[in-house]
Amino acid sequence: MISELDTMSPELEEPQPTRLHTVIAAADRLAGSVFILPTVLALLLLSIFPLLASLYVSLARFKIAKGGFKLEFVGLDNYKKLFLGPERTHFLGAFAPSTPLTWFLFAVILVALAFFLAQYLLKARISLGGLIGRLLLALGLAGLAWMLVHTLWNDGRLGTVSTTLVYVFVGIFFQYILGLGLAMLTVQNLPGRRFFRVVFLLPMMITPVGVAYMFRMLTDTSKGPFTPIWQALGLVDFSWVNNAWGARTAILIADIWQWTPFMFIVLVAALESQPIEPLEAATVDGANGWQIFQHITWPAILPVSMTLILIRLIEAFKIVDLPNVMTNGGPGTATQSLTYHAFVNWRALDLGGSAAVAYMLLFLVTFFGMIFVNLIRGRVVEAL
Amino acid sequence: MKRWFQSKTYNTPSPVGKILSYLILGFWALLILFPLYWLIITSLKISSQVAEGPFYLPFVDFKPSLDAWKYILVGDLSNDTLRTFKNTLIVAPTSALLALILGSTAAYALVRFEYRPRVSAIFTFIGCLALGVAAIFLGVPWTIALAVAAAVFIILLQTIGRRFKRALGNNDIAFWMISQRMLPPIAVVIPIYILFQRLHLLDTYTALIITYVTSNLPIVIWLMRDYVSTIPIELEECAAIDGASRYRIFWSIVLPLAIPGLVATFLFVLVFTWNEYLLALFLSSANSQTLPLVIAAQNATRGPQWWNMSVLILIMIVPVIVIAIVLERYITRGLLIGAVKG
Repeated sequence: MISELDTMSPELEEPQPTRLHTVIAAADRLAGSVFILPTVLALLLLSIFPLLASLYVSLARFKIAKGGFKLEFVGLDNYKKLFLGPERTHFLGAFAPSTPLTWFLFAVILVALAFFLAQYLLKARISLGGLIGRLLLALGLAGLAWMLVHTLWNDGRLGTVSTTLVYVFVGIFFQYILGLGLAMLTVQNLPGRRFFRVVFLLPMMITPVGVAYMFRMLTDTSKGPFTPIWQALGLVDFSWVNNAWGARTAILIADIWQWTPFMFIVLVAALESQPIEPLEAATVDGANGWQIFQHITWPAILPVSMTLILIRLIEAFKIVDLPNVMTNGGPGTATQSLTYHAFVNWRALDLGGSAAVAYMLLFLVTFFGMIFVNLIRGRVVEAL
Repeated sequence: MKRWFQSKTYNTPSPVGKILSYLILGFWALLILFPLYWLIITSLKISSQVAEGPFYLPFVDFKPSLDAWKYILVGDLSNDTLRTFKNTLIVAPTSALLALILGSTAAYALVRFEYRPRVSAIFTFIGCLALGVAAIFLGVPWTIALAVAAAVFIILLQTIGRRFKRALGNNDIAFWMISQRMLPPIAVVIPIYILFQRLHLLDTYTALIITYVTSNLPIVIWLMRDYVSTIPIELEECAAIDGASRYRIFWSIVLPLAIPGLVATFLFVLVFTWNEYLLALFLSSANSQTLPLVIAAQNATRGPQWWNMSVLILIMIVPVIVIAIVLERYITRGLLIGAVKG
């Protein structure tokens, strides 16, 4: 796109450039740098340093020493603890013994991954980087699948990694569907739609700590507003806090309640800014609602949707307030997310362990972020 | 019969569709408003009324009292509330606005310009930075360390760096930017604390604003990139032919057309900074404390003070709602229409 603008510039040159004009032309040539440099510098200054510093901390052991603290370099010990040592069940979960069902599910996933790799290998253009990336992706996904099939059922228990994945993917799925549906409804020409729009924004405006406390009030089975319902169902003594999936569901509901507005408002803005003429033309030609959505609206909002999902993906991986306030991570460690895990270590003054968990989270988010940006987003946007 | 299911124009629903839409919208509005209603009535309760079980209607179920509101607004806690409220009012909009300005220029740049940063330059930079940081840890004054690192970087770049041609593109830059948000705050908060301690900026507005701007920049850039890319390039080409500079094109064509996106993005960043908790907890104490800290502090040794908490949550939403109502009208259709034809 830029080349079109650039090729035009020679015609813009004045016949006799005065001094002022040369200055302006120079400023114009520098525009590219002027626009982006402040941001790059700000990010470099404030992001690289914490990144490197916490990497170092994750390789060290924090100790209170005379006159402050000291960091003792211990290599990969903190990571070893997570994968092989005492924190293994907390981090990865308790693995149930393999059954035919788990083998079957794992085999299905492996076949799917093999198919994905084969498809790439059969394509005409193969690059070494692309191949290595896809191999790593297949390995990572296979590892995660192995973990999930052994911890989700039977005697297995989810670790903080799988719990976070459940929060992220289930949460984002519902947030996007609900947000899109509501956005479609409120861009219609309905009286009172502005009222609905402002109301639908409300949950996002409450501070996350506040939302967490609010949901703790609401989900209380003996003092909360839904007590009569619990009584009618004979569940007063049942406490969802003591049931792993009950507690996770409560947290998911709170998360969906809070973040659907984020999807909603961006999608409203995207729907509102799409050109009107194609829609009118399609209506005149007698297209039905579904056809209009499929062929006009959906392609128009797809790029924004991809960005939204990516941003939510990154944010959702950092979920911590809700489990912290609503369940204190319990029962046991069932509702702890990765950030919560880091927080627990941090509270116990194990700063090294905390930073190691945080770095594993960074790897996980980067892994899914890369998949999303390179494979899904690229493919979807290209297909338009 | 058929007209009940037919819509006249593209965005007016059929009568049946209208009823269905209202039903769904009303149901979701109820789901959102009920928890807020519960907050409001909890703020009117005293501790025994909360403890004895659910009461739903003030005056019918229980006798409302303004004790909590008085305690927060004029009583013991009023100093804390007003001070932190003022701090939040200063910090959040300022950082949101700064992030929006910086981020939307960068987003425009990433859409319309082509950047090719060389891989060698990036690695040299990271290497020099690591050396600089290591030097600071070993006790070299940070001014000298940074100056030397910068000098080494420039020298290496001009000599060795030029030989390697491999370069990255705009998408890589964008991904690098969003990746800055991937590390959980709990991991970065201690280094940031130490950084601001060294700069003697702890407990100031500056520290909070700088942190919030940089942490929200990636979101602004990613959202604005999509909005900017929907603006027809023909408009910019016309302006370029008429002799407008790049800055002028950005200021008088791109920005006005991107207003819906700008408003939506501003709202988010405002909400994020308004509600931010963890970084504020570390970077502020007496002077620049923000409101979320006061809310969390209501979970005292006697257990959570639900009534006080409810009051605080409610007064914290009010300003954001006002801003949302004012800005909502800008997120509206029709700004792009006719621009291309004219």
